[in-house]
Amino acid sequence: MNPILRQIIIIVVVMAAVLTASAGLIWLERRLLALWQDRRGPNRVGPFGLMQVTADMIKIFFKEDWIPPFADRPVFVIAPALLVVTVLMSFAVVPFAPGFVVSDLNVGLLFFLAMTALGVYGIALGGWSSNNKYALLGAIRATAQMLSYEVFMGLALMGVVILAGSFNLSDIVEAQKNLWFCIPQFPGLVIFIIAGFAETHRLPFDLPEAESELVAGFHSEYSGIKFGLFFVGEYLGVTLISAMIVIFFFGGWLGPFLPPILWFVIKTFVFICGFILLRASLPRPRYDQLMSFAWKVLLPLALLNLIITGGIVLAVG
Amino acid sequence: MLSNIRTIWEILRHSFRRPETIQYPEQKPYLAPRFRGRIILSRDPDGEERCVACYLCAAACPVDCIALQATEDGYGRRYPAFFRINFSRCILCGFCEEACPTLAIQLTPDYEMCEYDRQNLVYEKEDLLISGPGKYPDYNFYRVAGLAIAGKDKGEAENESEPVDTHTLLP
Repeated sequence: MNPILRQIIIIVVVMAAVLTASAGLIWLERRLLALWQDRRGPNRVGPFGLMQVTADMIKIFFKEDWIPPFADRPVFVIAPALLVVTVLMSFAVVPFAPGFVVSDLNVGLLFFLAMTALGVYGIALGGWSSNNKYALLGAIRATAQMLSYEVFMGLALMGVVILAGSFNLSDIVEAQKNLWFCIPQFPGLVIFIIAGFAETHRLPFDLPEAESELVAGFHSEYSGIKFGLFFVGEYLGVTLISAMIVIFFFGGWLGPFLPPILWFVIKTFVFICGFILLRASLPRPRYDQLMSFAWKVLLPLALLNLIITGGIVLAVG
Repeated sequence: MLSNIRTIWEILRHSFRRPETIQYPEQKPYLAPRFRGRIILSRDPDGEERCVACYLCAAACPVDCIALQATEDGYGRRYPAFFRINFSRCILCGFCEEACPTLAIQLTPDYEMCEYDRQNLVYEKEDLLISGPGKYPDYNFYRVAGLAIAGKDKGEAENESEPVDTHTLLP
């Protein structure tokens, strides 16, 4: 097949799959939260309430798309798109199956880290341009939180890089043929998951939103489809971090019997459910607890993990 | 940290619990025996209206949703000319039932009374009046009260002595 055509097909398929999955997460999250709270969740629209997603989307498209008069218009409009675009960009380097990747960058891991770092701009600018004190507080929190958690999110992955000897995500997956990195890199896995929660500002670490104290945090002033984009961005982030956990620590597409793409999807799905489970169970920490936990516990742990991994790799081989 | 992990485990165990949800239109909830729902006006065992239009329910009503007008038949028996309950105001507190001296007004375990038009929630007497005695099958106010009405003179009520002719009490 024409390589350009093949690449375009892959891009379209990845875009469609990822966006559909993140929209479906709205339904999945509500059903799973209901399951764990002994409720039923949305089960009226369509089979198992699956059409709830469509209903929600129709509703959000028809909502008034209001820009407050005191907001900084251009930035206010760009901010949600920025968040979604940066997360979608990260999916460019995700290897779904051998050869099934939009761009097999040799610095794929760095690209992923860079793009999640850029995601802060969507939130920071959105909160800033809203000209609202709660939005600003949320944006400040988001910036500080995501910057500090990014530090050891990268450091936690360095152990994986040392073991795999490559920044290329496909190579990292191939390097786990014999042993998934979740066993030799268990501390790295735990740190990466915690940092991933902070990066996607999901519930245990959703201080940028913190609806009980900040109205709705950085997106207080947003409505209609712009608010929807922030939402989709969050769910895309959940999907992305789950996919990355699978790639770095659980052998990506590797697995017996089933086709590789299916293994990848199953593993990612399990971690998405894990994200929702943690949302259902853990309360939100105080902001200073969040920051001191990052700098005083996780950063030293990540460094220690890096030193020990490096030392062992040096000693062995 | 350990408590966090335990919390997650406990929540995960809820995956195998039955949901508490009652799926309402298909599945009806359990109603307590004294559930307070739609208000009705009952009749006595003889099939006559129990209500004597004393206005006590309207006075007791905290939201003033009861309106009525008293009138009398030819034999001095009181009854409401109209009796109107505005259910869009009614809070189903049951104070009217407590206030009623003749057990006429009663609350029933029926709550499905939605309307598309607010005006339709104003129930008139013919909507409120039922054909039976409601919760109190035997009670008949005029059979125990000493009031003379059609078909029952003074002294003919249950456990009532004949009226005393005061002139015979002369010493």
